[in-house]
Amino acid sequence: MSPAGLAWAQFRLERKLFWRNPSAAFFNFGLPLLLLVLVASVFASKPDELDVLIPGVAGMSVMATTFNAMAYNVTFRRDQGLLKRALTTPVPLGSYFAGFLGNAVANAFVQVGLVVVIGHLAFGVDWPKDWGELVVFTAVGVASFGALGIALAQAIPNFDSTAAYVNLIFLPAILISGVFYSTDSLPSVLDFIARALPLKHVIDGFTGAIVTGQGLADNAGALAVVALWGVAGIVLAFRSFRWE
Amino acid sequence: MTETAIEVSDLRKSYGPVEAVRGVSFAVERGEVFGLLGPNGAGKTTTVEILEGYRERSGGHVAVLGHDPQKRSRELQQRVGIVLQSCGFYPQLTVNEAVAHAAKAYPHPRQTRETVALVGLEASSDVRTKQLSGGQQRRLDLALALVGDPELVFLDEPTTGFDPAARRLAWNAIRALKDMGKTVVLTTHYLDEAQTLADRVAIIKEGAIVASGPPSDLGPGSAGYRVSYLSGGSRIEHQTEDPTDLLHRLTGDAIARGERLEGIEVARPSLEDVYMQLTAEEHVATTGEGS
Repeated sequence: MSPAGLAWAQFRLERKLFWRNPSAAFFNFGLPLLLLVLVASVFASKPDELDVLIPGVAGMSVMATTFNAMAYNVTFRRDQGLLKRALTTPVPLGSYFAGFLGNAVANAFVQVGLVVVIGHLAFGVDWPKDWGELVVFTAVGVASFGALGIALAQAIPNFDSTAAYVNLIFLPAILISGVFYSTDSLPSVLDFIARALPLKHVIDGFTGAIVTGQGLADNAGALAVVALWGVAGIVLAFRSFRWE
Repeated sequence: MTETAIEVSDLRKSYGPVEAVRGVSFAVERGEVFGLLGPNGAGKTTTVEILEGYRERSGGHVAVLGHDPQKRSRELQQRVGIVLQSCGFYPQLTVNEAVAHAAKAYPHPRQTRETVALVGLEASSDVRTKQLSGGQQRRLDLALALVGDPELVFLDEPTTGFDPAARRLAWNAIRALKDMGKTVVLTTHYLDEAQTLADRVAIIKEGAIVASGPPSDLGPGSAGYRVSYLSGGSRIEHQTEDPTDLLHRLTGDAIARGERLEGIEVARPSLEDVYMQLTAEEHVATTGEGS
C-alpha cells in the first residue's frame, strides 16, 4: 500500500478507535454540545448572549478536540508502548501521524459545524457571515492547538496525571477567554493573560466570521497570535518528543 | 543472496558515560535460531534494539539482510518482524482487526485468519485486545510480527511471565518459524529456552559476549563429564574426559566392597553450568540478596 493509502487506513482506524472510546467521544463531542444546549437555553431570549456563546463554544470545541485530545492520546500511546510499536512497523511515520492528526482535524471541523448548525436551527442565530474566515480560523486553530497538545504531552509524566495537566490549562482558559459570557469586564490581569493565550483570538475570529462579519483583514492580529502559538507548539513538540 | 542474515562487528552503545554494549561481534546465518542469553541488564535488549533499527549505535558495523538498520528503510522493515518487550495495542480493536490493520503495511502479508491461528488465538479472534490475558497479548504481539511473512524475526524475551502451558505453545510457534525457514533472533534469560530452541547461542554479560556456539558445545573444554554418587549421605563428584573407564573402576570397587553406588549420575555440563560459571557475579549477588 502506498504511503497515502496507509495514511488513509490509519485515519479510518483512528475514527473507529475514537467512536469505540466512550470517554473520548463524550469529552470531545458530547460535553461541548451539552454545554452549548444548556447554556443557550438559559440565554435563549437574549440574542446578545447567544452571539457570544456560539463563537465561544465553537472555539472551546476546537481546543477540546485538538489540544486536550492530543495531550491524552500521545501520553496514552507513549505509556502503552504504541508509539514504540509505530517505530517498528513499515508504516512510514508520516502516514501514521497524518492519520492520527487527521482524526483530530476531522473532529474539530465536524464539531465547529455542529455548533453553527445547532446555533442556527435551535436558537435562531444567523448563518455565518464569512464562511471562509470560519474555515481559516478553524484550520489555524486546529494546527496550533494540536501542536501545543503534543508539546504538553511531553511534559506529562504518565497517563494517570494527564487529566490534571490538561484541565489545569483548559478550564481556566475557557473561563477567561469568553466562552460562556462576555469578558469585557474581566480584571485587567486576567484579560492580559487571556489575550496572551490563543483561545481568545480563535473566538475573536469566530465572532467575526459568525456574528459581526468583520473579515480576516480586521482579525489578522488575532490570526497571527494563534499562528505564533502554533509555531511555538510545533518547535516544542519536535524538540522534546519522547517515543517511550 | 547472501547466506548471512545478520552481521555484527565491534558493536558499541553508550548512554552518556555508561557503556551498555562494548564491542559485540557475531553473525547469524539464514534459517537458524540464534539465542542471545544473559542476565537482566547485560545488554541483550540494547543489542537487538539496535538490530531492529529502534536504537542508534555509538560505534561498530551492523548489517541486517544487507541493510544498515539505523537507516530504517521501509524495504528492510517489510522483511523483518519484531516482537519488542512491552508494546501495547489499541485497546478498542479486536484481535482480528489489529492483525488485519498491521497487514496493510506489507507487500505480501499472510492471511489474517491464518496468522491468528498460527499463534493459537482463533478462539479469541473477536475479543478486544484489552480483554486478553498477558499470555494472549504476547501471542498477539507475535501475530503482529508474523503477519508480514518476514524472513527474519526478532523475539525479545518472548515467554517472560508465561505459565508453563503458554510457554510450550510459544516454543512450538518458534519451532514452526524455523520449519518455515525463517531466521529467528531470540533474547532470553531462560537457559532451558535457549537450550531447547536455539541452534547457536551467545552469552552476553556486561555488554560483551563471553561465550558462543551451539548449546551442546558450550561445555568446558576439559573434564567433559561429571560422574557423581552418594556415599555416607554426601555426594562425591568426579570430572573426567572418559566416563567409561571411570565408571568401570567405580562400579568394580563397589562390587568388590559389596556395596551399591547409590544415586549414581553421569552428566554433561549443561548450558546452565556454563552460564552460572560465566555470570557468577550476578549469581552471587542474587543469592546474597535473598539471604
